[in-house]
Amino acid sequence: MPTALLRMSQVSKSFGATRALADVSLEARGGEVLALIGENGAGKSTLMKILSGAVSPDRGEMELAGRRFAPRGPHSARLAGVAMIYQELNLAPDLAVVENVMLGQESRRCGVVRRADERQRVRAALEQLDRTDLPLDLPVGQLSVADQQVVEIARALVTDAKVIVFDEPTSSLTRHDVQNLFRAIVRLKQSGMAIIYISHFLEEIRQIADRFVVLRDGSVAGSGPLAGATEADIVSLMVGRKVEELFPSVPHACGEILLSLEGLSGRRAPKGATLELRRGEILGLSGLVGAGRTELLRCLMALDPVRDGRVRIAGLEPRRTPHARIRAGLGLVSEDRKTEGLAQRETIADNLTYSRLQPYSRFGWLNLGHRRTAVEDWMRKLNVKARSSEQLVEHLSGGNQQKVAIARVMHQDADVLLLDEPTRGIDVGTKAEIYRLMAQLAAQGKAVIFVSSYFTELLAICDRVGVMARGELREIRPASEWTSESILSCALGVDGRT
Amino acid sequence: MGETAAKLGLARRGGDFLRNVLGPFLALVVVVSIFWIADSMQADGGRFATLRNAQNILVQSATVGVAALGMTLIIISGGIDLSAGTAMALSATSLAWFLREQYSPAVSVAAGIAVGCLCGCANGMLISLLRIVPFIVTLGTMTIYLGLAKIVGDNTMVRPLPDQVPLWMKQLLSPRVEYEWMVFAPGVWLLLVMALVTAAVLRYTVFGRYVFAVGSNEATARLCGINVPLVRIAVYTISGFFVGVAGLYQFTRLTVGDPTSGTGKELPIIAAVVIGGGSLSGGRGSILGTLTGALIMQVISSGCTSLRLPNPIQEIIIGCIIIAAVTIDQFRQRRQAV
Repeated sequence: MPTALLRMSQVSKSFGATRALADVSLEARGGEVLALIGENGAGKSTLMKILSGAVSPDRGEMELAGRRFAPRGPHSARLAGVAMIYQELNLAPDLAVVENVMLGQESRRCGVVRRADERQRVRAALEQLDRTDLPLDLPVGQLSVADQQVVEIARALVTDAKVIVFDEPTSSLTRHDVQNLFRAIVRLKQSGMAIIYISHFLEEIRQIADRFVVLRDGSVAGSGPLAGATEADIVSLMVGRKVEELFPSVPHACGEILLSLEGLSGRRAPKGATLELRRGEILGLSGLVGAGRTELLRCLMALDPVRDGRVRIAGLEPRRTPHARIRAGLGLVSEDRKTEGLAQRETIADNLTYSRLQPYSRFGWLNLGHRRTAVEDWMRKLNVKARSSEQLVEHLSGGNQQKVAIARVMHQDADVLLLDEPTRGIDVGTKAEIYRLMAQLAAQGKAVIFVSSYFTELLAICDRVGVMARGELREIRPASEWTSESILSCALGVDGRT
Repeated sequence: MGETAAKLGLARRGGDFLRNVLGPFLALVVVVSIFWIADSMQADGGRFATLRNAQNILVQSATVGVAALGMTLIIISGGIDLSAGTAMALSATSLAWFLREQYSPAVSVAAGIAVGCLCGCANGMLISLLRIVPFIVTLGTMTIYLGLAKIVGDNTMVRPLPDQVPLWMKQLLSPRVEYEWMVFAPGVWLLLVMALVTAAVLRYTVFGRYVFAVGSNEATARLCGINVPLVRIAVYTISGFFVGVAGLYQFTRLTVGDPTSGTGKELPIIAAVVIGGGSLSGGRGSILGTLTGALIMQVISSGCTSLRLPNPIQEIIIGCIIIAAVTIDQFRQRRQAV
């Protein structure tokens, strides 16, 4: 029986009138991976903040290895032995691997850094992760996201962390990197640490975790060993209702050709992408991160410089500016809601209408009342949960933000919707809504290009799936002719058939 | 449901109004009260709370106020203009030069303002076309405009003859009002009208939305098909127009065109916007806040003068106010975020 390293009992926290956590009790045991599951807004991030010392609980006790644990801040939590690996990595891109790992905990003598000692400790940590291949002196900014994550984990190891919390660690990793990460987590677990693993991906959780805790509306909705719990069990715990179908089917049929690319090439990627897209069709794009899927969409939108090739939309060849492409009927939902997709500090109404203000303007002057009615209409249609259309986007949950981003391309009446990882980092319920929306759009005669790293959803939603690797669009086949394995081998550049 | 949502929307905007406008305004009230009380406690006090003093303060803050209107647009769009001070002096010097060379006042004023617009337009073009950050571009043009002003002024002040300066120009910002019904100098009223128009443009036009969008998140603006370089050039050109008008104001107060009179003036202009709630990272700022910010600074310096506090003390107090204003603003934002 593994011992409980971290124990939280009856932890509660309110922000103003909002109850973020109510009497949450859980324990993380050494040598075990505990999965923390919940929709956005279920209280996961508040729990994280309490663990990291960023906020202190109103009530409740925490114990770490038998001693009272009440961190005053992230540094004190780290010193006590709780390390966090966040979704957005916290590294200084210009500093070398060694310097990043030792940042804030430099080994020093009289203020002078003991470089040899530091290198030795970092090397030992990397050894523990079986990643001695990482060059110690390379600036972290030049590493891949996966390797940067290794640096973060090494940082936790150097502080002798007893508990490591991973917050959505795989959201920007490829399948291949995920397996490497899992191997590292297993090693950590075997060395007796307690791992708390937060994720939306149930398949991943099943693969890596031993036990699970489901949070809903700030309380524990259920917990137990993963062996024996079905996916449907967990999902219904998360959403509090039976999810009959995650992937709703709305019948849609393909019509005439709407979009065609001929040898579209960008600066680095894509390389000579050729494809045709019909009305009423959902085309999935798969591939590893960095395969050029995002670049393909950005070149289509003329956001990135186009080197060569032709883009025809409904037979016309629009000019190479984002404005012209929007007028021709393209609409892009960016993969990055925070820095590109939405202006976080502006209102829902503004974000929803930026790409099409003409209906509300006369000689450049806006009719704000008219616009508000229209925006509220869209919010209702897409079920955006917000206090009002004037609420700032940054105060919305990830799922609602994504709905606003999608509402924008629908509002601009795009014929071809380019959705770049639209379901990343959002809760299951919203995912199902977005799948339904995509199918409905196809049924209305629109065309959708759906980029995703999640094979299951691609295979379930798309009519055809294309796979990209190293900037090239390798192959497009009907979804029924793909399997997760064949997509992966195509994405890795291993041709399955030869 | 729609109705309640609309009501909440109003309440929400009410909250914004409180935060963005009433915040700086409250600071103004506090500052005024402090000096009023301090002044009336003095043995020979009683000079602070007079119409005369109010007229003075408004007239003295008008020049910075006009230029700060443009700076508000620039700062909302995520930029900065360090050349505002020297560009203002350049347009004032040009205006004086045209007057001295026997051009009609109307032509001279138009030329002065046009010079301001050109300065702004040049800033916008350099930023958009060379893709250099506004701080660096305007740091460069700041010196360029100073040099140009010295060329126009032949390295000294440009002094039109007294009869070459029309009466209306002399009265534009004279603290003593010609007609009593005007209460405040015509230049103050002109500033108010321009401020109202600018505020309306920011709030009720497509262009205004685009200015906020570009400052809030340039990548999003591009994604939405907004022509970011064009918006930016327009913002700097409009700001150049206000700088030109500020040059006119400056000239009417000095009645000479002094090429160096604008050096360092960009700082109170930027400070007015920042005290008024503008964020140097873009996306936030308001015209009313900016005007309040300009007033706060002038009230402090006039108040200190009437209390016979020395100049260095005034400067220290204004510096503290700038830091305090931004601190309070951040604090308020943080509370709102939770």
